[in-house]
Amino acid sequence: MEFQLAWRNIWRNPRRTLVIMCAVIIGVWSMIFLGAVMQGMAVDMVNNSIATLTGNVQIHHKNYQSDPVVENSITGIGSLASTLNQHLPPGAKWASRVRVNVIAQNARHTNGVTLVGIEPLKEAEISFIGQALIDGRYLEPGDRHGIIVGEALLEQYETKLGHKLILTSQDTDQEMVSRAFRIVGTFRAQMQETEKQFVFVSLGAAQKMLKLNDRVSEVSIVLADHRNSAKVSENLKKILSGTSFEVKTWKELLPVLMAYLQIFNGFVFVWYLVVFVAMGSGIVNTMLMAIFERMREFGLVKALGMKSSRIVKEVLIESFLLLLIGTLVGNLLGILCILAFSQNGIDLTVFAAGAEYIGISRVVYPALRAGDLIIANVVVFVLGLLISLYPALKAAKFTPVEALGHT
Amino acid sequence: MDFKMAWRNIWRNPRRTLITVSTIAFSCLLLVFIMSFQFGGYETMINTSVKIHSGHLQLQAKDFKEKRNIRMVVEDPQILGKMLDEISGVKSYTYRSEGFSIISSDQRSFAGSVIGIDPEKEAEVSNLKSIIRQGSYLSSDDFNQALVGEHLANKLKVGLGDEIVILGQGRDGSIAAGVVTVQGIFNSGLDEFDRSTVHIRRADFEEIFTMGGAVHKVVITVKALGEVSRIKEMIAKATENMVWKRSLVVLDWKELMPGLSQSIQMDLAGAVIFYLILILVVAFSILNTFLMAIFERTKEFGVLMALGVTPGRLTRLLLIESMSITIIGIAVGICVGSLLSWFFQVHGIDISGSSELLTEYGISGRVYTRLSLLSALSGPGVMLIITFAAALYPALKVRSLTPVKALSHG
Repeated sequence: MEFQLAWRNIWRNPRRTLVIMCAVIIGVWSMIFLGAVMQGMAVDMVNNSIATLTGNVQIHHKNYQSDPVVENSITGIGSLASTLNQHLPPGAKWASRVRVNVIAQNARHTNGVTLVGIEPLKEAEISFIGQALIDGRYLEPGDRHGIIVGEALLEQYETKLGHKLILTSQDTDQEMVSRAFRIVGTFRAQMQETEKQFVFVSLGAAQKMLKLNDRVSEVSIVLADHRNSAKVSENLKKILSGTSFEVKTWKELLPVLMAYLQIFNGFVFVWYLVVFVAMGSGIVNTMLMAIFERMREFGLVKALGMKSSRIVKEVLIESFLLLLIGTLVGNLLGILCILAFSQNGIDLTVFAAGAEYIGISRVVYPALRAGDLIIANVVVFVLGLLISLYPALKAAKFTPVEALGHT
Repeated sequence: MDFKMAWRNIWRNPRRTLITVSTIAFSCLLLVFIMSFQFGGYETMINTSVKIHSGHLQLQAKDFKEKRNIRMVVEDPQILGKMLDEISGVKSYTYRSEGFSIISSDQRSFAGSVIGIDPEKEAEVSNLKSIIRQGSYLSSDDFNQALVGEHLANKLKVGLGDEIVILGQGRDGSIAAGVVTVQGIFNSGLDEFDRSTVHIRRADFEEIFTMGGAVHKVVITVKALGEVSRIKEMIAKATENMVWKRSLVVLDWKELMPGLSQSIQMDLAGAVIFYLILILVVAFSILNTFLMAIFERTKEFGVLMALGVTPGRLTRLLLIESMSITIIGIAVGICVGSLLSWFFQVHGIDISGSSELLTEYGISGRVYTRLSLLSALSGPGVMLIITFAAALYPALKVRSLTPVKALSHG
């Protein structure tokens, strides 16, 4: 009954109702769609960082993080491997790496790069390098002279496939060692910086060059579900306590990224509130208008014995219906827009260097998070009903005499 | 007359007017403040980054920026210096040379850049002198002394007074080698810079890398950020006249730090979308107030029309009403927003809570909002246009009324 009454009431002035609904629809649409774009950027940042040789959980020598040199590498990879195989949850993949800063040189250029020694087959499953090859061939296990470099580095060094690159670094005896590698493949990464920074050789070749024997710099683990990172890391910490290993999750490895994500989330929430204030005042004004028009009516029903609380309820149901239709359509439009962009993404190529500066890819895909969707709708509904209390109480306060005397 | 009538009409329902005015005022305030904050943040970022190393403008050999080849030099920098002395708006300039080297202590070796500086002039251009955390800055009569980035010093395991060895390639292709003593350790807040650079006197650099009097960069700072493009053009013109300087290029901070400049553009583009949506929501929210003006007062308009008021005058009356409301709101919003921005322009906003992130982006500690005509007026200006469009609909609608129909309106 009440719903029917409210429904008829809001359509007594369809133009007014449609205008205020438009405000709600645009507001909700922008919350959902722009929220998803922001979230897409955040997800992209995280994925880029995880795929760029971070992984979900990493194990290092306990001094490696503060002093990443070859001396601080992991020994006893064999027993660690059996521990990992035994304790990691199903679906988890891991690979070990040597990672060290070296000087890369050819006839024309010299620069500092990061040498990554990888187990080619296992690495392909856990980081970007598996799908990033654009030319030449991938490394083979135990590849003795092959090296894979980024496209941007190839240009920087004015060299090409098949040419040599000389790497120089300090080995475990503090001696400078140099070794020539032949470029067998080039990769393309989301970011030019990655292409310039990392060069890949096989684990064996890196260990031999640096006299590491079977030692490695890090073990990187990728889980089937990255939300389990903290749990897995806690578990490994317990098992590996008392050893020289240190276990870290990606959140601990990338504090700057985490701080950025927090700012992102804060910004989205502030945005929700600002949009809400703009549309909330519209809702209050519209509802006020609607009740003042119907003053006589309210006076009459009151004179006939309707309770104030019922009038409050009646007005609240009206704004509830307004909000309901507005948010439904807004959600629908928002989701449609997200779907429209989910195929090809939003192209930021114009801002390529800027996108790289803040760590996102050139194409961003909006990502809808259930939490954001719920928060946006709850903000609109709860606050919307809350401010509608003002006109509702106003309507309930009309006394029959005053209201009926009003023309 | 029309104004008086419009003014009285507005206040026939003070509550409604106040709610509408405050919606507009609040949105304008927000726009002014957020934009000032944004511009302030950009300026802080730019000035901090510029001061750490790049300067506002640089003169370099063509392609040096991409290839960093030690043979791509600026010959006879003093001639360029004389030219710069004559350009107004140039605050200071200095010469720098830089070479890629292997930098070693007795335990460790790392790759990095050795930068040759003129200590006194360098201090006018960059903040290197003020970021020395241990030891002291270079003076021009020190011999073979070096300033080392904090992270690099840690990696090399060296402290003040320790020796480091520089090994690289000289300009003539010969092996460049030298031993320098750590005199100071600096921390700029930019990890990459602190991890990979060593500064020595340019005279020492000259000797180690056999530069023959040439340098790699002339680094220039200007008095006001807004003047960069004008000065850049002047320098470009001046160097063009020197026929033998054809291989030189002038680069501004946007070209020196394309990531910074483009991320600012991207941020700005994103923000504009947010602002437009906000303004649109506001416009729809207040459209109802304007619409009401005709539906509530249909009878009244009928009377006015019967008395001979032309539809054109009615439209004008209604537009004056809605625009007065809008303009009051906008004026209040601009005033309060500007005051707020001005307050934080003087006092700054403490954002050290998220400092780790911000140092990565070259901001440290405090951000000052930057109130400008652009930040104070562009948001409210767009708001004015869009609300005017919203007010136009009811104001034109009224023209289709006829006195008879209007007077019989319930």
